[in-house]
Amino acid sequence: MTAPTPTPTPPPPYGYVSPIPVRRAHLGDALASEWTKIRSVRSTVWTLGTMVLLMLVIGLGVAAIAAGEGGNMGEESALPLGFFGMLPASICVITLGVLTISSEYGTGMIRTTLTACPSRARVLTAKAIVFFLLVFTVTLVVAFVVATAQVAMVEAAEPTGAEWARATVGAAGFMAVLGLLSMGVGALVRHSAGAITVMIGVLLLPLVAALFMFAPALKGVQEALFTYSVPSQMIALYSAQPPFGDSGPAGWEALFTLVGVAAVAVGGAYALLNSRDV
Amino acid sequence: MIEAVGLTKRYGAKTAVYNLSFQVRPGVVTGFLGPNGSGKSTTMRMILGLDAPTSGRVTIGGHPFRQLPNAPRQVGALLDAKAVHGGRSARNHLLSLAQLAGIPARRVDEVLGVVGLQDVTKRRSKGFSLGMGQRLGIAAALLGDPQVLLFDEPVNGLDPEGILWVRNLMKKLAAEGRTVFVSSHLMSEMALTADHLIVIGRGQLLADMPVKQFISANSADFARVRTPDTEPGQREKLSGVLAEAGGQVLSETDGALRVTGLPLSRISDLAHGADVRLWELSPHQASLEEAYMRLTQGAVDYRSSDDKLAHLQAPPQPGQPGYGLPPQPVVPADVPQQGWYAPPPPGQNPYAAAPQPPAAAPAPPQAPPPSAAPQQSLQKPSDTTEDAR
Repeated sequence: MTAPTPTPTPPPPYGYVSPIPVRRAHLGDALASEWTKIRSVRSTVWTLGTMVLLMLVIGLGVAAIAAGEGGNMGEESALPLGFFGMLPASICVITLGVLTISSEYGTGMIRTTLTACPSRARVLTAKAIVFFLLVFTVTLVVAFVVATAQVAMVEAAEPTGAEWARATVGAAGFMAVLGLLSMGVGALVRHSAGAITVMIGVLLLPLVAALFMFAPALKGVQEALFTYSVPSQMIALYSAQPPFGDSGPAGWEALFTLVGVAAVAVGGAYALLNSRDV
Repeated sequence: MIEAVGLTKRYGAKTAVYNLSFQVRPGVVTGFLGPNGSGKSTTMRMILGLDAPTSGRVTIGGHPFRQLPNAPRQVGALLDAKAVHGGRSARNHLLSLAQLAGIPARRVDEVLGVVGLQDVTKRRSKGFSLGMGQRLGIAAALLGDPQVLLFDEPVNGLDPEGILWVRNLMKKLAAEGRTVFVSSHLMSEMALTADHLIVIGRGQLLADMPVKQFISANSADFARVRTPDTEPGQREKLSGVLAEAGGQVLSETDGALRVTGLPLSRISDLAHGADVRLWELSPHQASLEEAYMRLTQGAVDYRSSDDKLAHLQAPPQPGQPGYGLPPQPVVPADVPQQGWYAPPPPGQNPYAAAPQPPAAAPAPPQAPPPSAAPQQSLQKPSDTTEDAR
């Protein structure tokens, strides 16, 4: 209140210098921050915990039933049994992927985050890396445990090394990339419930729709939906030949297809996040 | 130092901020005032790079916010205290922000102590009261020990002790040579805290000047004069004499007179000369609030009206006492509705056009006759609205 008129010559800009040394912020800082964020909310524990539980219970349960039936798996190994745990677990991954970004929009935290780090690409990159590594690691461990148990319990053909790789690393990669796709959709939609609904629809609707396409005229559409729906791709991941018909991806190709789709979604998220007002 | 040049933001057809230019200097607390919906928060968001301006630019220390190498170390901001993830503990929330800027974790505990949240660091911020949330927001702004600080309504929800603390904090930060930019609705708070004011209305600059100058330029100090109720003739007589001497006279509902443009001693002399006895002759000093209301009354978008409950009232039953009161004839008040603050309203606002007015003395306002007052306050001043739309 003692301001005289006119204002005294102001001190030079940045009249105050902080004793804490200032350095340039980089992606490593953002990674540390995102790791703190993802480990300090309960939704992470709940979704990942549920995912682990579903994979273990269903994977071992299916293996136990198959073993009880005499273990007649044909020429296949026991590893494709892992699919039945993967499908419900993918819903958990979708939820976590969406929440990673949309919860920031829902709570308004995104404004605080982007004030603390104006480089929006850096924030999204850090989120993607942290989320990918977390889901990949957890899924890899659980998938390996389940696969080992299944192979031990069920009498079937001995799996090859390539089959082992697809059932563990491939499955973990598939789940993590599916999560990245969800994160991209979450960043585009900016609303948790909306984005999760979209992703559940993408996951299940093509298959459900295809089930009821009885008309011969729709045969082509039905086959395409069967081949490229997400659950079919998961099954394809476990087999060396296309599981439905002669065409369509098989083995690693299923993962690469999903990577392509996720890249489009995340790319769109980058572009929009950079240009949109928060 | 914050510098805005020709800042404009449009949302579709609505212009939130129009051609706003100002500077916020270090070393003083700069208050940012304006009615609801006048564009304060939009301006703050543009300063912080959250919203991109439609045209114009705003820089901090010469750089746009989004190009600062380590933003939290240069600019700290409290925009919305509720903009936190409620499931995260206070400490983890601040830790995630500190890590973004490479600030050591020790600093987190330090600022938690500064804002007085050291006992609830492990608690999830969902359970925080309004005041605690506000303190957490202030902690986030202080985290990077920045040179520039922005606070949007920092005292919202704080107790008197907290308000005093924020007031002293702002002054201390400014005294250290930092740039402190604070928006608030609490005029009494601004009068105590701010040294400089930037006032906007409908997205345009209304004033940019020191607080003292703002008060003296936008308010008319007036004298309240009361003549004996027993002799109504004396009132008319005095009014005539004062008007003749160059004063503006307005009558209040209770029979007193508001006189502007004449010093107290002159009023007394004139009354003595006219042989009129006075029961009251008191000076009325304008406050920041009055000055602010005067300046912004044409730029208020959201004005409350009486809640009449008209359709809920039972039709009056003749001869039955109770709620159904007989309709009362509405007596128009002698003084205009918004006239409780310093009249007369400005005929035109000289600060809408020129942001840097000359350091004018508290000149007696050349005001229109009082009868023009009600229409004046209902009309939107054309120069502030037309080109904004």
